[in-house]
Amino acid sequence: MKINHARITGLWFAAAAVVLLLSIGVAVSFGAKAFSLAVVWGSVFAYDPELTAHQIMHEYRLPRVLGAAVTGMAFAAAGALMQGVTRNPLADTGILGVNAGAAFVVALCFAFLPGISYWELILMSFAGAAISTLLIVLLGTATQGGLHSIRLTIAGAVIAAILHSFSSGIAIYYELSQDLAFWYAGGVAGVKWEHLKLLAPIVLIVIAGASAMGRSISFLSLGDETAASLGVHTKTVKVLGMTAAVMLAGSSVAVAGSIGFVGLVVPHIARRIVGVDYRMLIPFSALLGGTLLIWADYASRMVNPPREFAIGAMVALVGVPFFLYLARQERREL
Amino acid sequence: MASVEQKRTAKAIVVAIVLLAAAAAVVIVSLNTGTIRLSTEAIWRTLLGGGTADEKLILFEYRLPRIVVTVLAGIGLGISGAVLQGVSRNSLADPGILGIHAGAALGLIVYVSFFRNMEGPAALLIPLFTFAGGILIAVLIFMLAFDRFKGLIPIRLLLVGIAVEAGVSAFTLFLSLRLDEDTYAFAARWLAGSVWGREWVNVLALLPWIALFVPLIYMRSRSLDLFALGDETAMGVGSPVGRSRLLLTIFAVALACASVSMAGGIGFIGLIAPHIARRLAGPQHRHFLPIAGLIGLVILVVADTVGRSLFQPNAIPAGVVVAAIGGPYFLYLLLQSKPNSRRNR
Repeated sequence: MKINHARITGLWFAAAAVVLLLSIGVAVSFGAKAFSLAVVWGSVFAYDPELTAHQIMHEYRLPRVLGAAVTGMAFAAAGALMQGVTRNPLADTGILGVNAGAAFVVALCFAFLPGISYWELILMSFAGAAISTLLIVLLGTATQGGLHSIRLTIAGAVIAAILHSFSSGIAIYYELSQDLAFWYAGGVAGVKWEHLKLLAPIVLIVIAGASAMGRSISFLSLGDETAASLGVHTKTVKVLGMTAAVMLAGSSVAVAGSIGFVGLVVPHIARRIVGVDYRMLIPFSALLGGTLLIWADYASRMVNPPREFAIGAMVALVGVPFFLYLARQERREL
Repeated sequence: MASVEQKRTAKAIVVAIVLLAAAAAVVIVSLNTGTIRLSTEAIWRTLLGGGTADEKLILFEYRLPRIVVTVLAGIGLGISGAVLQGVSRNSLADPGILGIHAGAALGLIVYVSFFRNMEGPAALLIPLFTFAGGILIAVLIFMLAFDRFKGLIPIRLLLVGIAVEAGVSAFTLFLSLRLDEDTYAFAARWLAGSVWGREWVNVLALLPWIALFVPLIYMRSRSLDLFALGDETAMGVGSPVGRSRLLLTIFAVALACASVSMAGGIGFIGLIAPHIARRLAGPQHRHFLPIAGLIGLVILVVADTVGRSLFQPNAIPAGVVVAAIGGPYFLYLLLQSKPNSRRNR
């Protein structure tokens, strides 16, 4: 029985990975201009800078699709971590204001430090995410019901609203080059190879590390006392888990802006498929999240080409009904 | 008993006079700010019929309409928030947080897709469309937050409102993108809360709504007082609870939608104004409703003036300025409120 279960999970992982790769393939081939598979293959393995098709592929299409994949993985894994650590099924870095904190600092950097290197931008974005997370945790300790209360979800949403409104204020005031919608709902159109070179290793390493912690996070979901009696250092795990989520969200926001609801929806679907073991849940969420954002990005550039639609708004169109459904299920505090 | 009543009335009148003076002062200051400075004398002179052609142009065609829109929208939002807090018996209710603004934005975009432009006499119809959008979303939110056994659950109302707001805003941006680039930019700015009504036709579109619904609401201030006692008690003293509540909610949504249709999606005023008003004028609605309107007025005019003047030559939306003050205040109130204290909180 046990072996059988493990094998099924393994099959699911293989299937999710294949779907992710296929999605990448489809998303790079089709767009405002469709390319044959031969061109796609050629631009990756036999890049010829003389060919326009190869250039488009190499400079725009590939980085943006890979960017969507990596940020999707990051946001989904961060959401799974937040849900595990706060024991709040409505937790998500977008809803709780972590993304908004990072986006606010990124907007500040664009306005006041225009010459900032990409590496520094990521660090600043971390700092923004960390500050807003700290704020939320402090609010959580000040509230009755603690971190897993609906009250905290609302507090986070309001912090997110305030920071969003500041970011768009800065964007309007300084007439930042990015489209206003970028600050409102993110976008991966501007992803470059040099972004990916930094972002991908961070995201993959943090996800691997978080998955390795999965056992302790699963115990946390049994409640603090039970987890402690099973030998889990609850404080350490919580701090580490939050830090990992902050790193994932922070580094992704620096590239793609604040994209919400990925981290909310994906872990819930993943939980239905692979169960509540966070060792499996975190990497599986990452695979699904990458796929989701690739398709969201694909849809956002296909609805009205050649113009683009904010990817975060695209995700929200799916994510909000899902959130409402969960909120309706959620009766603990009601 | 009578003396308490008289004291309260006297206090409310004093507060109202002080606020009227403050409102007049901020309006004058606001008239005075802008890229071209006019002296206070010049403003008075122009208002009383004198002044040069240039001064007249600036004052009557550029500044005054915008300020009148801000004044009316501030009153509308303040009173609308007070009524929503009353009918839902939820001290954290605000038309912006509950997603009504997002519904209004949806109505606005539908309007734009019909008429293709936002100027001229057709602008008079805008509030109708935003009202339709707002009512639609209000119905949706109330349905989602309603529990068959427990009635309307305050905390769930907030949660659902926030989520619906995110979803409907996304949908609005989606629709506006399908139209054209300018509309898209307009919708994004609108959602950030930038006062865009700058012409007399905008004033004309907004004024009837305020002039109609504020008195209608005021006439029912007694019912609002009774809601605070709980449904059973209110019914016991002979108040038709269901009908009053429905009517008042519709009035409040109408006020909010008309206001934001001309002023942009400005949140938190409907939250703060009633709270301050209650502290100043006591718990009776017939005292604090007008005060809430005046406070909304002062806040919005100040926010718009600050947004326009402090950050010249560009302007930041008034909604951003209000959120900077209103957001933290909301968090403070949220943490103050105790969970599970009573069912009918």
